[in-house]
Amino acid sequence: MIGKSVRPRLARIARRILFYCVLILVLVVFIFPFLWMAFNSFKTHEKILEYPPAFVFAPTLHNFKNVLWQTPVVQHTGIQERPAASSPFVRYTWNSVLIAFGALGVGMVLGLPAAYGIARYGHRMLALGILICRMIPGISLLVPWFIVFRALGLLDTYTGLIIAHLVITVPLITWIMIGFFEEVPKELEEAARIDGCSRAGVFLRIALPLVRPGLVSAAILALIFTWNSFLFPLILAGVKTKTLPVVVYSFMTFDYLDLGGVYASSTLVTLPVIIMVLLVQRQFIRGLTIGGVKG
Amino acid sequence: MASRTAEIRERPKESAASAIGLSRWVDQHMSWFFILPAVLFLTAVLISPVVYTVGLSLFRWSGAAATPPAWVGLRNYADVFAGDPGFQNALFVTAYFTGVSVLIELTLGIGLAQLLNREFLGKGIARTLLILPVAGTPVALALVWRHMYNPSNGIFTWFVEVLRLPPQRWLADATTVIPSLILFDVWQWTPLIMLITLAGLVSLPPDIYEAAQIDGASPWQTFWQLTLPLVRPTIVAAAMLRFMDSVKTFDQIYVSTQGGPGIASQTLNLYVFDQAFQYLHFGYASALLVVLFFIILSGNVVLASFRRGQT
Repeated sequence: MIGKSVRPRLARIARRILFYCVLILVLVVFIFPFLWMAFNSFKTHEKILEYPPAFVFAPTLHNFKNVLWQTPVVQHTGIQERPAASSPFVRYTWNSVLIAFGALGVGMVLGLPAAYGIARYGHRMLALGILICRMIPGISLLVPWFIVFRALGLLDTYTGLIIAHLVITVPLITWIMIGFFEEVPKELEEAARIDGCSRAGVFLRIALPLVRPGLVSAAILALIFTWNSFLFPLILAGVKTKTLPVVVYSFMTFDYLDLGGVYASSTLVTLPVIIMVLLVQRQFIRGLTIGGVKG
Repeated sequence: MASRTAEIRERPKESAASAIGLSRWVDQHMSWFFILPAVLFLTAVLISPVVYTVGLSLFRWSGAAATPPAWVGLRNYADVFAGDPGFQNALFVTAYFTGVSVLIELTLGIGLAQLLNREFLGKGIARTLLILPVAGTPVALALVWRHMYNPSNGIFTWFVEVLRLPPQRWLADATTVIPSLILFDVWQWTPLIMLITLAGLVSLPPDIYEAAQIDGASPWQTFWQLTLPLVRPTIVAAAMLRFMDSVKTFDQIYVSTQGGPGIASQTLNLYVFDQAFQYLHFGYASALLVVLFFIILSGNVVLASFRRGQT
């Protein structure tokens, strides 16, 4: 009697436990490289090279100091220590921030009206064109850009890099915002029209304030995409305008000399992305599935 | 004289009227003014480079300003298809990498979505954590994976030793470099497929499952005959998305192997990059890009046909 009622319950509990075990295993697999990245960035270069990998060690901030003040990457081969007065890494961070926000700002100006136009007036051809943008390999833009930018003196300038990244942000912002503008009740806009508001006025004063939540997530997505971008700055940026991913990559040149720098700079470049993801996790999926040229 | 003053007097009124007319005209055609900036911009920065690339593919040019491009007609295309070993290798590598990784990602992603499509403690946290591989800076992730794969001190080398498996040289060996890159790609993108499929599963009406249960369908039957057909459009969309991006993968491969060892992991994208920016064969690279675009386009057409399906 008792056995009969207990057994299904036991089976259910066992299934629950099994489920959570699998879930934790899956999460550990997908998070492990991030943990390992953060973990190793607190090890000295020698400790990182140790085999078997060290799990217990005295954490040090040495790598972060090194990266931030670009003290010599290779002390032992006799390369002179640079004065710690200026921090190139901070300047590269500033480059990344400037280009990301520039591409975001201009992207909004171009993308928001376009999204509204598609949502309200049904310019399907433009919507289709934006989808096709995704299929274009980023490299096919780089050859012509490189030639034109060189002729116009736009190589290694903020303007040039912002223009390049608009190719990512404009389609992205447009595509995400179409959905949000479609959700704005038409009656509200019609009422404003009857009260004598122009079409542009309806867009600016009625529609835009109502899509603010969507605006925030589109903005954060655009920032992440530009922040992560590597191929465009690799070709179009120079000493002046290098962005963080290119700088992080350049640490690899010293791969076996300063792995600490590799791990610390990787951690530093990833940290803002993680923070932004936590802010917009839901819309992130929606944004990833659409719009924007990549690689 | 009188008529002239009348004319002068008339003028301000007229211009005011035309100003109103203009603003009304603008308002009536506002729908075009909304999209005009974006259309102009995308034409200038996106469409015209593509047209330029197609044009340049008919020339031979080293990119030097002093020597203008030399017309070669379809020679570049002839070279591409008449047995350029670099192209054939890149085509094979791309097909291998993209084909296998997208297949694994779809299978695993759908499986995981099935697993997570229920209420459980910490669902929000799990979903957020699973976005991280997708959102993380690819260059940073590739550097970390590169070192995890290090044959002498990487953690994967240690895992393999602990599990008593035969030692691997991962990215350093021509036979294992692509499987290793696939593992990296699968790690990075399976969560995306899973999240997209999960969104599709959530939108399914629960009553059809009740009906299936009443009819005595096994979970296996329910999955194959009910769930899968219903979420097929979502899955096909996810597959198309992954296919497009996978063929174009650049950052991850460039950072972790640069196409090596030798050319064992040189995908089409990396081959084009080398041809253009390493050897300055801009004309030839342009022809390769046109071919690459058609590969992506036709792959998408094939995938899109699964959307309607044969059933």
